[in-house]
Amino acid sequence: MGAAVAFEGVVALLDRFPALAGVDLSVQAGEMVCLRGPNGAGKSTLLRACAGLVPVRGERAEVLGFDLRAQRRSVRPHVGLLGHRSPLYGDLRVDDQLRHCADIHRAGTPEVSAAIERFALGGRLGEVAIRRLSEGQQRRVALACLTIARPRLWLLDEPHAGLDTSSRDALDELLAEAVTAGATVMFATHETGRSRVAAARQVMLAGGRVEPAAPERHAKGPTDVA
Amino acid sequence: MWREIWLICRKDLIIERRARVTLIQIVPTVLLVLVVFAFALDANPSLLGAGAGGLFWVAVLFGAVLGAKRSFDIEAEGGNLDALRLAGLVPAAILWGKAAALALQLVLVGVFAAAGLLVLYSVTVHDWLLIVVAGLCGMAAFAICGTLYGAMTVGLRSADTLLPLLLIPVAAPVLLAGTRAFDVALGTSADQGWSWTALLAVVLVTYIAVGWAAAGPLLEDA
Amino acid sequence: MIETPEPDLRQQAQRAGSLSMTGSVATRVLGVVAIAAVGVMALLALWISPPDAVQGDSVRLMYVHVPSIWVAYGGFVLTAFASARVLWRTRSGVGGTYGVIADRQARRWDRVAGAAAELGVLFTALTLVTGSLWGKVTWGTYWQWDARLTTTVLLFVTYLGYLALRRLPAESRARARRSAVMALIAVVNLPIVHYSVDWWRTLHQEASLNLEPGGDRNITGEMYWTLLYSWATFTVVALWIGIHRYRVLRLEELAEEASLEELLAQRRDEQAAGR
Repeated sequence: MGAAVAFEGVVALLDRFPALAGVDLSVQAGEMVCLRGPNGAGKSTLLRACAGLVPVRGERAEVLGFDLRAQRRSVRPHVGLLGHRSPLYGDLRVDDQLRHCADIHRAGTPEVSAAIERFALGGRLGEVAIRRLSEGQQRRVALACLTIARPRLWLLDEPHAGLDTSSRDALDELLAEAVTAGATVMFATHETGRSRVAAARQVMLAGGRVEPAAPERHAKGPTDVA
Repeated sequence: MWREIWLICRKDLIIERRARVTLIQIVPTVLLVLVVFAFALDANPSLLGAGAGGLFWVAVLFGAVLGAKRSFDIEAEGGNLDALRLAGLVPAAILWGKAAALALQLVLVGVFAAAGLLVLYSVTVHDWLLIVVAGLCGMAAFAICGTLYGAMTVGLRSADTLLPLLLIPVAAPVLLAGTRAFDVALGTSADQGWSWTALLAVVLVTYIAVGWAAAGPLLEDA
Repeated sequence: MIETPEPDLRQQAQRAGSLSMTGSVATRVLGVVAIAAVGVMALLALWISPPDAVQGDSVRLMYVHVPSIWVAYGGFVLTAFASARVLWRTRSGVGGTYGVIADRQARRWDRVAGAAAELGVLFTALTLVTGSLWGKVTWGTYWQWDARLTTTVLLFVTYLGYLALRRLPAESRARARRSAVMALIAVVNLPIVHYSVDWWRTLHQEASLNLEPGGDRNITGEMYWTLLYSWATFTVVALWIGIHRYRVLRLEELAEEASLEELLAQRRDEQAAGR
C-alpha cells in the first residue's frame, strides 16, 4: 500500500509562529501512529495540517496522494479530525447532532445505530442537549460522529482524555478495527499505560519537528518511548 | 447541492428550536429598540407614526446584526466550521444554508417587529401586500449580507465589534428602500412604494450573485 | 535538510535587512516635484485665481475638494482592481512553481489594494472636511443630506471597515482573500448606494446648490486652469504617498520573512533543549 502521509521539510505558520518547523514524516496506509512530545511540540498542528486545514509549505506535503501545498481542500472529505475541542453544537441534542453528522457524511441509519451502541449514547442520553453533557460524554459524541464519517485517515488529538475506562476500551477497539479495515490512524496522546497505544508506531515531536526515528519501528512498550 | 443547503439550514433551525436565541433574545431586543425610539421621540404619536417605517427597519437591522453574529458563533464554537469543511460540503452550500436559516429567523423577527409597530405606534396599514413583499425582500437581503460578513469575520479576534461596522453601511440601501416602501404602505408618504420594492428586489438579486461568487474564497479556507 | 521553500523571498528579505528607507531616486524626484507642485498650487489657488462672483473666496475650497474626491475614487477603483487580481491569483488548485509565482503576485496585488484603500480613505476624509466647511460658508450649515454627501459618507465608512478588517491578525493569504472579497462587495454595492440615495433625496426638493464643476455653473479661465492644475498636483502627491505606503507594506512583509528564519531556528532549538 502507498503512503498515507508523506512529509518532507513541512513548515506551517500559525499567525507567523512556525508551529511546524520542518517535519519529515512518512506514514504507510493502514499504519497506526502515536504522536508524542511535550506541550507545544506541534502535535495538534501536525494533525490539522494532515487534515488540510492549515496552509503548509515544504519540499513535499502529501496526504492520501493529495498535494497539500496545492490542493488542501481535496483531501478533507477523506480524513476525520477530532481536535482537542469537540466539534459539536452545544445547543443540539445528542440525537440531533448524530443525525446531522450522518446526513452531511451521507451515512445511513445502521452506521448511526452502531456508533450509538459503541459509545453508549442511546436511551435517555440521546435527548440531552450537548451543552449539558460532561466533557467525557461530549468526547464520546464527537467520536461517534467520527465513526459515522468513516474516514480513510483518522486524526485524533488526545482522544483518550476525559474518557472513562469502558469508553477508552471502545475507542481502542474502534481504532484497531479501522486499521484492520485499511484506514490509517494518527493520534496524539500523553497516555502511556495502554497496550493498544503502545502497539502503535511511536513518533516523537519536539520544537515543531520529528525527532530522528528510533531504530526500532514498532516499539514494544511505553518504556521505549524516548 | 440543494440537499446540502437544506441540511445546513435545517441544522441551524433545529438549533434555534432547541436554544430559542432568536425568539427569547433577539426579538425582545428589537421590540426594546422600538420602545426606546418612543423615548427618544418623546412618545409623540405623530412623529412615531411618520417615522414608523424607518424605525421598523432600523430595529430589524439591529436584529440582523445580532442574528448574523449568532449564526457564526455556533460555527466557531468547537471548530464546527472545520467539521463542515472536512465533510466536503461546498462552500456555497454552507453560505446559502446559513443565509436561508437566518432569513427565516429574520422573518420571525420582522413579524414581531411589525406587530410592535401596530401596537406601540398605532399605525394603520394601507397596503398589506406591499408590506409583505417589501418585508420579505428586505429580510432576505439582510440575511445574505449578514451571512457574507459573518463568514468574513468568523473566528477573528474582535469580530463582534467589527461586524456592525461592516454590515450597516452595506445594508444602507435596504434600509432606505425598505423605509420608503413601508412609508407608502403605512400611508405616511405618497411615494412609489412598488418601485422601492423593485429596488429591494434588485439589491437582493445582486447579493445573491455576490454570494455565489464570494462563498468559495470566503469559506474554503481557515 | 530543511529549506524555506521560497528562496527568492528570502533573498529579498536579506536585502530588506539593509534597506531601511522606502525612497529611491525616482520617488525622491517625485517627492520634490510633488512638494513644489503643492507650493505652486497654493499660490495659484489662494492668490492668482480670482474669487467667484457668487461665492467669493470660499470657492477656493474647490481646488482641494474636487481633486480629493478624484484621488479617493481613483484609490477605490485601484483597490477593486487589485482585489480582483488577488482573487484571480489565489484560485484554488493552483500549485507547484506556478503556485509560488501566483502567490507572490497575489501578495503584490494585496499590498496595492491596501495602500490604495488607505489613500482612498484619507482623501475621502479630506473631501468630507472641505465639503462641510464649504457647506458652512455657502449653505450656513456643515451638513446637508445631499445625495452626493450621503453617498460619500457611506463610502467612507465602508472603507474604514475594510481597513479595520485588514488590520485583524490572520494568516496572510486568508486575509488577502477576505479583504479582496470585501473590497469587491463594496464596489458592487457602490452603484446601489448611489442610486438609492440619489432617488431618496430627489424626493425632497430642497435648495441644493450644485457647487461642483460640470454642474449648472461653468468654470472658465483662471479658475478652470487652477482646478485642472490642482487635480494634477493631487494625483502626483497621491502617487508619491501611495508608492511609499506600498513599499512600507512590502518591507513589513519582508521583515516578517526575514524573522521567519530566526523563528524557525528558535523553534528548532526547543527540540535540542527538550533532550
